[in-house]
Amino acid sequence: MNNKKAPSDIPFYAAMWAAGGMYFVLIISLLYADASYTSVASIGEALQDKSIRASIWLTMQTCWITAVLSIIVAVPTGYILTRFKFPLKRFFDSIIDIPIVLPPLVIGLSLLILFNQVILFDKTIEQLCASFLNSLRSMLPNSPIFDLPTGITYKVPAIILAQFTVSCAFAIRTMRNTFESLDPRQENVALTLGCNRSKAFWKVVLPQASFGIMTAGILAWARALGEFGPILVFAGATRGKTEVLATTVFLEISIGNLEGAVAVSFLMVSAALIVLVMVRLLGSKKRVW
Amino acid sequence: MVSLQNISIKLGSFTLDQVSMEIPASKYCVLMGSSGSGKTTIIEAICGLRKIRSGKIIINEIDVTGLRPSDRYLGYVPQEGVLFSTMTIREQIAFGPLVRGWNKRDALERTEELASSLEIEHLLDRKPAGLSGGEAQRVSLARALASKPNLVCLDEPLSALDEDNREMACSLIKKLHHQEGFTVLHITHSASEASLMGDLVFRLSDGVLNPA
Repeated sequence: MNNKKAPSDIPFYAAMWAAGGMYFVLIISLLYADASYTSVASIGEALQDKSIRASIWLTMQTCWITAVLSIIVAVPTGYILTRFKFPLKRFFDSIIDIPIVLPPLVIGLSLLILFNQVILFDKTIEQLCASFLNSLRSMLPNSPIFDLPTGITYKVPAIILAQFTVSCAFAIRTMRNTFESLDPRQENVALTLGCNRSKAFWKVVLPQASFGIMTAGILAWARALGEFGPILVFAGATRGKTEVLATTVFLEISIGNLEGAVAVSFLMVSAALIVLVMVRLLGSKKRVW
Repeated sequence: MVSLQNISIKLGSFTLDQVSMEIPASKYCVLMGSSGSGKTTIIEAICGLRKIRSGKIIINEIDVTGLRPSDRYLGYVPQEGVLFSTMTIREQIAFGPLVRGWNKRDALERTEELASSLEIEHLLDRKPAGLSGGEAQRVSLARALASKPNLVCLDEPLSALDEDNREMACSLIKKLHHQEGFTVLHITHSASEASLMGDLVFRLSDGVLNPA
């Protein structure tokens, strides 16, 4: 009896590379299209524009605040979801994914309703926040808090809240993957060596999760940079006040300045590319992905 | 002395019911049993890492049943060593004593002493990545012994080692046991390891613990 020779591997490799390659080509084509529509002069011109510069500054501020807030929430949440068993755990886990799957406009709309229609202690949450900020202002008249806006909706805090609502879900997912990749027996050993839960977390778990924390922060930052829908609905797109780069693109298109819009888009693509390469480099070091 | 008095543990569909055992002070006890028989579960219960449904665990005449792992003052060497990847070997051996409030000089002296006994001095400034199985096990043992616990729980400490390393590890553990006089509970599924190491040997089979 003759043993059959295994068929060639070439069709398998060809099919895999063709499917993956097509999507890669699509993305590269989009970047090429943007690059061919703009020029260094247009980007320079955009950078000279006062409102665009303000928009870049506000984008950087809000993205960093969002990234920090996301890490502060994502680290404990990811840890709880990974290490502890509790009733309705799967339900809570699913709830956290809702901002990832919801259409961005719906998130903005939900935030708008939450702050302006839901009544707590006979006031809307917007009114409660405004009262809180006012009382802070009267207590600390000469502090930097004095410069804070008088409310949330259609103001800078709304941008941060809209970005945070989506970005934090991605950060939690990343932290969950990070903690899942760490051997829980390391904490057990730390407990037998004399640590309480808190010390085991700070001394043993957190140092090992550092790459994951950085990855989560960078992802949250990148997600915040690209956020548009919730910001448009909840914070508005007022030039020079609640304008971030994503809204700048929208505003430039709406006044017919396509070159300006593409130049700003190109700045965002460059920032996103740098951030995503950083994430991949960090991820490959610690196999978070 | 270590005494397990009628302890029962439920872990999903797996149950250990009314398990009792006594290990006299300073003795080397080996607990044998096939894979999945519950050996690791017993050691985790003794360390306070697994809740028991009923019964008592007594270590040196203190009922530790409800105590946290940190309050039981024992050493634990899990399977494969499980070293802290971000710390150097020196840092992880000194970790226990420092957490327990030793001054830094005493902790580092103890680290050097154990490193010398276990022949791992040359590894002290390295991180665990790239250590061989035998080296990782010796570091894990040094880390568990650093705070001078009265009881040391070894969960299959030799299972990942080749023949040469196993013999060396056996003699090092025995040497330290004689030097420091701690009580040992050593888990294995190897009969030859049990007869070589154990002053007394128990066998866990179908949830029942019997002297072998």
